[in-house]
Amino acid sequence: MAQVPASTHGVELETTTGLDHRKLMMWAFLGSECLFFGTLISTYLVYRNNSLVGPYPKDIIDVPVTSVSTFVLLMSSFMMVMTLNAIRKGDQRAFRVWILGTAFMGATFLGFQVFEFYEFAIEEHEFTKCFAEGCIEGTWGGLTPWTNLFGSTFFVMVGFHGAHVTVGVIWLISLFGQSLQGNLKQKDALRVELLGLYWHFVDIVWIVIFTLVYLIGGNDAPTDIQAYLDQGFQLVQ
Amino acid sequence: MATVDKAIDRALERPKPKALDVIWSWITTVDHKRIGILYMVTAIIFFLVAGVEALIIRLQLARADSTLVDPETYNQLFTMHALTMIFLGVMPIGVAFFNLIVPLMIGARDVAFPRLNALSYWVFLSGGLLLNGGFISGLGSPNSGWFAYANLTEEPFTTGDGMTFYSLGLLVLGVSSMAGAFNFIVTIINMRAPGMGLMRMPPFVWMTLITSFLLVTAFPVITVGLIQILFDRSFGTNFFNTQAGASPLLWQHIFWLFGHPEVYILILPALGIVSEVIPTHSRKPLFGYPFVIFSGIVIGFMGWGVWSHHMFTVGLGNIANSVFTITTMLIAIPTGVKIFNWIATMWGGSIRFTTPMLFALGFIFMFIIGGLSGVTHASPPADAQQQDTYYIVAHLHYVLFGGSVIGLFAGIYHWFPKVTGRMYNENMGKLHFWLLFLGSNLTFFPMHIVGLVGMPRRIYTYPADAGWEGYNMLSTVGAFLLGASFLIFLHNMVRSARKGERAGNDPWDGRSLEWTIPSPPPEYNFAEIPTVYSRDPAWDLKYGPTGQDETYRETSNGPVSDGLSNGPEGAGYGSETDAQSLGIHMPSPSYWPIIVAMGFGIAGALFIVGPWFSAIGVTILVLGLYGWAAEPVSKEEH
Repeated sequence: MAQVPASTHGVELETTTGLDHRKLMMWAFLGSECLFFGTLISTYLVYRNNSLVGPYPKDIIDVPVTSVSTFVLLMSSFMMVMTLNAIRKGDQRAFRVWILGTAFMGATFLGFQVFEFYEFAIEEHEFTKCFAEGCIEGTWGGLTPWTNLFGSTFFVMVGFHGAHVTVGVIWLISLFGQSLQGNLKQKDALRVELLGLYWHFVDIVWIVIFTLVYLIGGNDAPTDIQAYLDQGFQLVQ
Repeated sequence: MATVDKAIDRALERPKPKALDVIWSWITTVDHKRIGILYMVTAIIFFLVAGVEALIIRLQLARADSTLVDPETYNQLFTMHALTMIFLGVMPIGVAFFNLIVPLMIGARDVAFPRLNALSYWVFLSGGLLLNGGFISGLGSPNSGWFAYANLTEEPFTTGDGMTFYSLGLLVLGVSSMAGAFNFIVTIINMRAPGMGLMRMPPFVWMTLITSFLLVTAFPVITVGLIQILFDRSFGTNFFNTQAGASPLLWQHIFWLFGHPEVYILILPALGIVSEVIPTHSRKPLFGYPFVIFSGIVIGFMGWGVWSHHMFTVGLGNIANSVFTITTMLIAIPTGVKIFNWIATMWGGSIRFTTPMLFALGFIFMFIIGGLSGVTHASPPADAQQQDTYYIVAHLHYVLFGGSVIGLFAGIYHWFPKVTGRMYNENMGKLHFWLLFLGSNLTFFPMHIVGLVGMPRRIYTYPADAGWEGYNMLSTVGAFLLGASFLIFLHNMVRSARKGERAGNDPWDGRSLEWTIPSPPPEYNFAEIPTVYSRDPAWDLKYGPTGQDETYRETSNGPVSDGLSNGPEGAGYGSETDAQSLGIHMPSPSYWPIIVAMGFGIAGALFIVGPWFSAIGVTILVLGLYGWAAEPVSKEEH
């Protein structure tokens, strides 16, 4: 019988590319996710400024508050890098601190998002909008996924991003738990790296959403007074 | 070889396993070959269901003013016929071949993620049941066409839960397809035998790789579309609510942006199979291998740039229509290149007209007709005449049935001896081919004419004075011939799998690695991972260097040692003991994939009851994933 090549656990030790199967898989998965979020974002952009009734983005988007949560999420990416660095050095203590920190910041971002959704949906939103003909003042009811096109596209897109962050936080906590049980050693750094790839990707998606929805689209509102008059608002002096 | 002999002796002495153990072993299997068989059998059952639906449609249309089925039932029938054929028949038969053949062709012992592979199958099964859930539960099947144009998917334009089953079923099937595709991307890129560079991979492996990339890029797009339909229907969002200013056109773009790559997902595996069958049965290497491969790659890319040719009559404007006309006509070029390469492969070869070869030739014939009619509606003015007529039905069946299905049949006959270890009945196979060939042309060719004289698609009946009765009667007769040919096929397969002659390792004098190992392959496939020196490694072994590949002479000292023949014929389907005695560790069976898949199925089914009930399914899913993660891939045996 000829020599049988070394193999363990059904997974060949040496791969054709030298990359671990799981890492290759994660990159393919993230490529696929680009199209998932790409379609959600495209839907948002196609329907941008097409809502027939308010509230419009200008009336409710709060850029400063979301800037804070965006900063928190970006900093969590930094902590993720430190987490991976710690496990690669085999420093369990530092690993646990950093990974809990990452999870905490991810959870903080989610907290901001829950707060934002709640504010949008429950609060009434006063607005003043001035045109050449004069100004219009009024109050919108809450924004929900069924209020208008903005609500549908915004909540579903941001909601799915939030769901991804949630999965990431659960994943982070699970790895933290494994470290406590002693099941996550220096040699398992790849498992942390996979989570890192996912986490950074979800962050990048948020950078795109934040830029498009908040920074660029945050001032969206009808530029034609007729859109307001049609909804029964009247000019105030 | 003593170890192998001992293993066989032990296998022969082993007591017959109990039925329950056998069923459990199939439920928990993570072996790519067994998963492939599960895919194949399930897909053929669904194929049969879709075929029966088609026969009812044909019976209804055979005569004018027919009252066999009512309009609502007819809508459900044509919708389910298309969905079942595409998502539960043709696609999974393709995936069955990925599973059965690709690891053998690249010299691997399994796929990269065996348990994920099992998950793909079980999720596919639950998605298939969910898609048919309206029929099973009596709540109403999808009835808005497989394209589900907005806002036919929403109240008041559709009633009942049919389109909820549609979106849930396709969402779950999408998970299965994507999980499988990720697995094969990694397997093909990362698990090739030493020496098998990308340009030495068999064409079927290449087409699998391209199909997998199309799957993981096209399905996220439709996933979002399906979520939008589902949320519109269940939560009252406005994605396709025209009252709120939504544009039904968005759905068409999303759907066809997925839908056209999907067309290539359906045809590329068949193109790959034909590229294997024709050289083997012509006893010549594939002519112009790089052209065949690059044509496949070009098709994969260009498949993304032609979707609006489904929307010429929407009114996108002259510029958009012109651009999509050009891209659509251009995509005929790589397809044509492949056809010329197959013909050139046969040129001067010693062709054996076996059943798989007949199917491959039938494929070329039918696919050319389908391709030519396709080019006619690449032109918007012509398309304006043809849109929504039976001419389109004729075209799509020539490429989908005459192309994909006939190509897949070629593959079924070609690899039947490898998978089962037994030969099919050649005479019955040929009878199947000729009946099917006659039947499909009789069914689909008259549709060209009846379409051009004005018969629209998706109508449940037509008046007698329209003059369409004769053509429709021909199509119906043809459809029943097809049905008869399918019964012959089933009989042949079932009987031959049990009583056929022993096929031996290499009945076709094959070119690729799967023909160097026993039929059916042992669990571990290759006792020794082979080294590859050219594009036709099995021929190298048998006949020495073919002289095709420069590097062969540089790197090889002649044919590889006979260690590669991997034991005597008829070693049969090995058990783990065999693998162990050879010192090969195969992944252990696992029941977590079916539990996670049940989570998907239950979440989907309960969504119909009430969206929040899905939480139960999601809980099973999450717990299943934790159980999965905690389970070691393989038992520690040392």
